[in-house]
Amino acid sequence: MEGSAALESGNRPRQELESAVVRFAGDSGDGMQLTGGRFTVETALAGNDLATFPDFPAEIRAPAGTTFGVSAFQINFGGRVIKTAGDHVDVLVAMNPAALKVNLTDVSAGGLLIVDTGAFSDKSLRKAGYATNPLEDGSLGDRRMIEVDMSQRTLDALKDSGLSKKDSLRCKNMWALGLAYWMFDRDRGATVKWLRTKFAKRAELADALVTVLDAGHAFGETAELSGELTAYSVPSARLAPGLYRNVTGTQALAWGLIAGIRLAEIDMVFCSYPITPASGLLHVLAAQQDPGIVTFQAEDEIAAACSAIGASYAGALGITSSSGPGVALKTEALGLAIATELPLVVVNTQRAGPSTGMPTKTEQSDLFQAVFGRNADSELVVLAAHSPADCFDCAVEAVRLATKYMTPVILLSDGYIANASEPWVLPDVESYSKFPVEFRRDPEGFQPFARDPVTLARPWAVPGTPDLMHRIGGLERDADSGNISYDPANHQRMTDLRAAKIAGVAKDIPDQDFASPPCDGGVLVVGWGSTYGPISRAVSDLRDQGLAVSHVHLRHIWPLPKNLGALLRRYDRILVPEMNQGQLVTLLRSEYLIPAEGLNKVNGKPFLIAELVSAIRARLEA
Amino acid sequence: MNLAVPVDKLTPKDFATDQEVRWCPGCGDYAILKSVLKTLADIEAKPEQTVFVSGIGCAARFPYYVSTYGFHTIHGRAPAVATGVKLANPDLDVWVVSGDGDALSIGGNHLLHLLRRNVDLQFLLFNNEVYGLTKGQYSPTSHSGTRTPSSPRGSLESPLSATALALGAGGRFVARAIDTAQAYLPGILKRAHAHRGTSFVEIFQNCLVYNDAVHAAFTDRSVASERQIMVEHGKPMVFGKARDKGLRLRPGSLALEAVTLGEGGIGESDLLVHDETNRTLAGMLAAMAPPNLPVALGVLYCNPAPSYDRAVAAQAAAAKSGEGKLADLNTLMRAGNTWTVEA
Repeated sequence: MEGSAALESGNRPRQELESAVVRFAGDSGDGMQLTGGRFTVETALAGNDLATFPDFPAEIRAPAGTTFGVSAFQINFGGRVIKTAGDHVDVLVAMNPAALKVNLTDVSAGGLLIVDTGAFSDKSLRKAGYATNPLEDGSLGDRRMIEVDMSQRTLDALKDSGLSKKDSLRCKNMWALGLAYWMFDRDRGATVKWLRTKFAKRAELADALVTVLDAGHAFGETAELSGELTAYSVPSARLAPGLYRNVTGTQALAWGLIAGIRLAEIDMVFCSYPITPASGLLHVLAAQQDPGIVTFQAEDEIAAACSAIGASYAGALGITSSSGPGVALKTEALGLAIATELPLVVVNTQRAGPSTGMPTKTEQSDLFQAVFGRNADSELVVLAAHSPADCFDCAVEAVRLATKYMTPVILLSDGYIANASEPWVLPDVESYSKFPVEFRRDPEGFQPFARDPVTLARPWAVPGTPDLMHRIGGLERDADSGNISYDPANHQRMTDLRAAKIAGVAKDIPDQDFASPPCDGGVLVVGWGSTYGPISRAVSDLRDQGLAVSHVHLRHIWPLPKNLGALLRRYDRILVPEMNQGQLVTLLRSEYLIPAEGLNKVNGKPFLIAELVSAIRARLEA
Repeated sequence: MNLAVPVDKLTPKDFATDQEVRWCPGCGDYAILKSVLKTLADIEAKPEQTVFVSGIGCAARFPYYVSTYGFHTIHGRAPAVATGVKLANPDLDVWVVSGDGDALSIGGNHLLHLLRRNVDLQFLLFNNEVYGLTKGQYSPTSHSGTRTPSSPRGSLESPLSATALALGAGGRFVARAIDTAQAYLPGILKRAHAHRGTSFVEIFQNCLVYNDAVHAAFTDRSVASERQIMVEHGKPMVFGKARDKGLRLRPGSLALEAVTLGEGGIGESDLLVHDETNRTLAGMLAAMAPPNLPVALGVLYCNPAPSYDRAVAAQAAAAKSGEGKLADLNTLMRAGNTWTVEA
């Protein structure tokens, strides 16, 4: 099980841990995401495998000190392969009472609490809803505790800096980070460099942050000498050789889309409307200094989809991105792209719903929306990324299929994948197979809806091309000329052709394989999307115990891989864990008439490995 | 030696398609189509560079009848689709054809932002104050009290002025015309085409079947010359069959009034001179209505500003990184904190 490495107190030398889960938690203004992000970089550079999970409120600055304003960043890192951000927290850094209150239940028995006692005033305890001080009333159980007045120590460190008290206190996250660096034997070099670059124009602030970072680190060293604190070491992981970087799902997806258009040899027009948790993709692409990438912040979700369609019509690849409620608004436009058979990539970074739901909490409940959620018989291609790094290849595949088959492709990510990060062996994109778009230029025999006999794709004939002038639209069109047609036989034919084109994509995607070497018999666990981490760890833990468990993880949600039915029928017991009420399981049951069973969870958080282990065990024993 | 081969100029007929036009006999759209085809021939439009984009409604069938590129999209969204077209290829010459329901009701938001951004295209709004294709419901421009199947006791809503909305949204070219005005509509369309940025043209169009004669109060032959004024930049605002009426600012007030030349010592020098770069004046002209004031036609406002699509293209062209090669992406992904795990 991940995240269960119990930290025991002891003396020097550093105590070696196989892995550890650290969570930084504080007010949404305390800079916890930044703190966690820097800790992640140093940890990656130290050679650990890792997985992170930022967990922040939808409110940008909720009233300070309240439980609903708590922002947290969790990292699981180790000397072994890490699959999730961890079931339980080994070390919780709590910057105020609210952060302690919200996060305490996740801290393992024997876990370590590091609290800023300077933030535990009567007022802040009241704001967090504590009747008595948890540091004194015995309510923290058998967790160990380091009580440090980080606020005061930060002020002390900065007493000669010239910064105001308010500004000085805003540096206290660096104090906590410095202590954490000492505790886990992390280098500070990349952080110092980053601070100096980020605040290059405010040298006095950069100096202050570095001073506080060093102060936190020095506190650890001093306390260690006196035996108050234990220092740990986490050896570097035995990862596959290669050049690594840490990457979030959002970053990998953006790069994957860029790789896709380069491999297709076309430009990108990325059209989006801000929505949590999808906006990050717009930000990353907007920041690109690249003549082949245009980003457009549309007036609404519908305009984002429609402008992307207009861009594809005019010969660029139109891409639009949103989350579930926004994708709902794009639905009619998707129908237009399906009817006019234009390429389009739609990224859905899913979040908890329905309606506004929980914008910053993850869920994978838009599978039905992606596969079925349009009027009429209107099929398109659906892909799902399973991890932050996997977003890269999924995005390339989305661009390939959209341009080759002249169809919209929905790429499903989720709030967890978008914000989480993991080490990634950097691929060499120059080694990827190209799939250059061939625009129709020859007027000889041109018919806008005459199809490629293999792919059934129509030609991509873009305005500006001499002698190919034609009209397309949402009205049903003649199977060749594209002119308006109400002919009954033509509509039947066009409907059949549209479906056959999408079904044919199954011939152009890899056969479904197991995520890890399979067993015969026992339980087959079928997953999709961000459940990959916990499922693969649960399955490998059970396999280590000699139990017959296999794992299939789907990237291609529609059409499904052509061998999937045969593969599933090899198992009597199939379990489909999903962060929804049972969507993939319904699809599989309906497609293959198999008795697959769902395991469903929608609390806004990823599955715990322990939850999956016990559910799989129950099926094995059934 | 290269000899210049004379190319026959395309005629209006060359811009028509072989598709049977399916508007009702007598529909004002026929007249507008005729003017547009004539304009395309007059401006020597390149068919392959020209794109007609429409939404849904009677007017939206327009692209099927023009032998350029055409995209009949979904209800209200033509401005968004057209914006995407211009983002992908700013060199294309785009015309959007819309109606009062399409542009001002379901697509009102997109029209607003199209004008605000100043995307370089021509936007033609056929205003017949009724939903035609859905069989005659009242529209956002219908007068209060309009009786239709969805308002059998008379509509209770106040109408919207398309031209006032275009000015309010920051439109840089706002013009008005009447569907059958073959004499001057092509001229206005030519000016719209020449203007860089969103060129908004409201065309009062007659729906013979569901809202016949709705504009007759100022378009009927018997009253037209007294109830219309064609404004022209730099010229005094004169109208009337005998060219004996004009517009001036009512003394002591920011309001227009119609005056008769020669009455009370009023001469042409007392009249307002049209300044198409004056947005305030354009707004006042747009608000004029019979019987006290004539309906203003022509180019009410034209004051160019950089277009959005050109600005986007300029920003992209100024981008730092080179030619957008795969190798560039490899470099990009390797920037920042990386580390190597040895075999």
